Amino acid sequence: MATYSTNEFRSGLKILLDGDPCVILENEFVKPGKGQAFNRVRIRNLKTGRVNEKTFKSNESVESADVVDTDMQYLYYDGEFWHFMVPDTFEQYAADEKVVSEAKEWLKEQDSCQVTLWNNQPLLVQPPNFVELKIVETDPGLRGDTATGGQKPAKLETGAVVRVPLFIEQGEVIRVDTRTGAYVSRVK
Amino acid sequence: MPTSPASSNAADWQPTASLETLRLRARLLRETRDFFDARGLVEVETPQLSAAAATDLHLESLAVTAPGGGLRGWLHTSPEFPMKRLLAAGSGDIWQLARVFRGAERGRRHNPEFSLLEWYRVGWDAPRLMDEVDALLRSLATGRVTLGPTERLSYRAAFLRHAGFDPFLAETAEMLAALASAGVPTPPDLAADREACLDLVLATRVEPAFDPGRPTFVHDFPATHAALARIRPGEPAVAERFELFLGGMELANGFHELTDPAEQAARFDADLAARGARGLVEPPVDGRLLQAMRHGLPDCAGVALGFDRLVMILAGAAHIDAVLAFPWGHC
Repeated sequence: MATYSTNEFRSGLKILLDGDPCVILENEFVKPGKGQAFNRVRIRNLKTGRVNEKTFKSNESVESADVVDTDMQYLYYDGEFWHFMVPDTFEQYAADEKVVSEAKEWLKEQDSCQVTLWNNQPLLVQPPNFVELKIVETDPGLRGDTATGGQKPAKLETGAVVRVPLFIEQGEVIRVDTRTGAYVSRVK
Repeated sequence: MPTSPASSNAADWQPTASLETLRLRARLLRETRDFFDARGLVEVETPQLSAAAATDLHLESLAVTAPGGGLRGWLHTSPEFPMKRLLAAGSGDIWQLARVFRGAERGRRHNPEFSLLEWYRVGWDAPRLMDEVDALLRSLATGRVTLGPTERLSYRAAFLRHAGFDPFLAETAEMLAALASAGVPTPPDLAADREACLDLVLATRVEPAFDPGRPTFVHDFPATHAALARIRPGEPAVAERFELFLGGMELANGFHELTDPAEQAARFDADLAARGARGLVEPPVDGRLLQAMRHGLPDCAGVALGFDRLVMILAGAAHIDAVLAFPWGHC
């Protein structure tokens, strides 16, 4: 197993802590004069998403985590697993609900997304920052109302519900920011 | 043609410090020279490359080997040993700005190669040298940065005030609790290492609590943190060592210097034993320093000040890379 020394720590480095893959967000080297040096790091646990702080004595070594981000195409949901494919190699991966988590609300068949693999198993699925999805259910549009700024809920083809302006009609395709769940624009 | 690694960024050759900062650095260097010249200290130059090296547990000297095997030596971590040999030879007050090297030290306030401003005063003690450090600081800050009034407090007072325990008496459990209550996570084996506990408390609780705009001297360290300072007997015995903090950083470290050669040899041995126990490299001890001390090192006080950090403070820089033309990773 590959290891990293604390002096190789930098943000973005993937390490294994207590058996979980983590990514270093921030690394600060502190050393009182003539004393023991420490690395104080902020890390995100990639399994739970939780952010933690940790202190290492400098020159300790830590196991690396075999974590890679891969662009994949979302294929289908079989009622239990979500299936993804690497377009170049046609390799397929199945992810369960825990892995897909909130991303499932934005996954449309054939769309691409980022799948994080840990020891070649899906760990996280991230939808693209912006997706274009069709509205399958919303109140009838208020024609011409582009000024009042009012909003109404709209259900999208993937099941997500977002707030849209009052003039948007059922059957229209809209662009949504998946990081905030906010409506961005109409797609013609 | 083999080339050193460069990032794909086409601007990677550029200096990380602005030219304006480098010009400020040059002016500070000239003013420093004038400061010592006016006070009658002699500027000296001592080797960066030596057959012996520092034995400190927490310093990593860089080993240098000629590819043909004709030379093996060490880059110095400070010019302390050869400067003390000059003092023993009767040099009187001396100073130098030395480029020093410390492996594996890299961060916002650390570069493995940096500039140490080191000077010695014959017949002086620690409090008198603290005054002179303060005078240098104020002279260089004039017209650039306004410094608050200087504060001096003992290591014990600093811990009592900012960490809530007595560093001479507290058990490690109390120190770990003080860290935990401040939300500082600790490595699992820290409790077994009392000195390291104190170091982490100093770095994460005490030092950040000092007013960054005020030079703060911490003096009278525990004997376990004496390094090369003499120990003043008492209850408890304290090391006649001081550190200066400014701008949220440790800026200087000074000693009323240990002059007893037997005590010096014993500390070298203890350092090497501690290094051996941790599986660290045991570099050759400087036998010529011991010879010089047996001949007679005059009673003196010495201090080393991180010149790059001083430039950071006077340039308002948050990262050491902003005051170095080409820090590690860029050269």
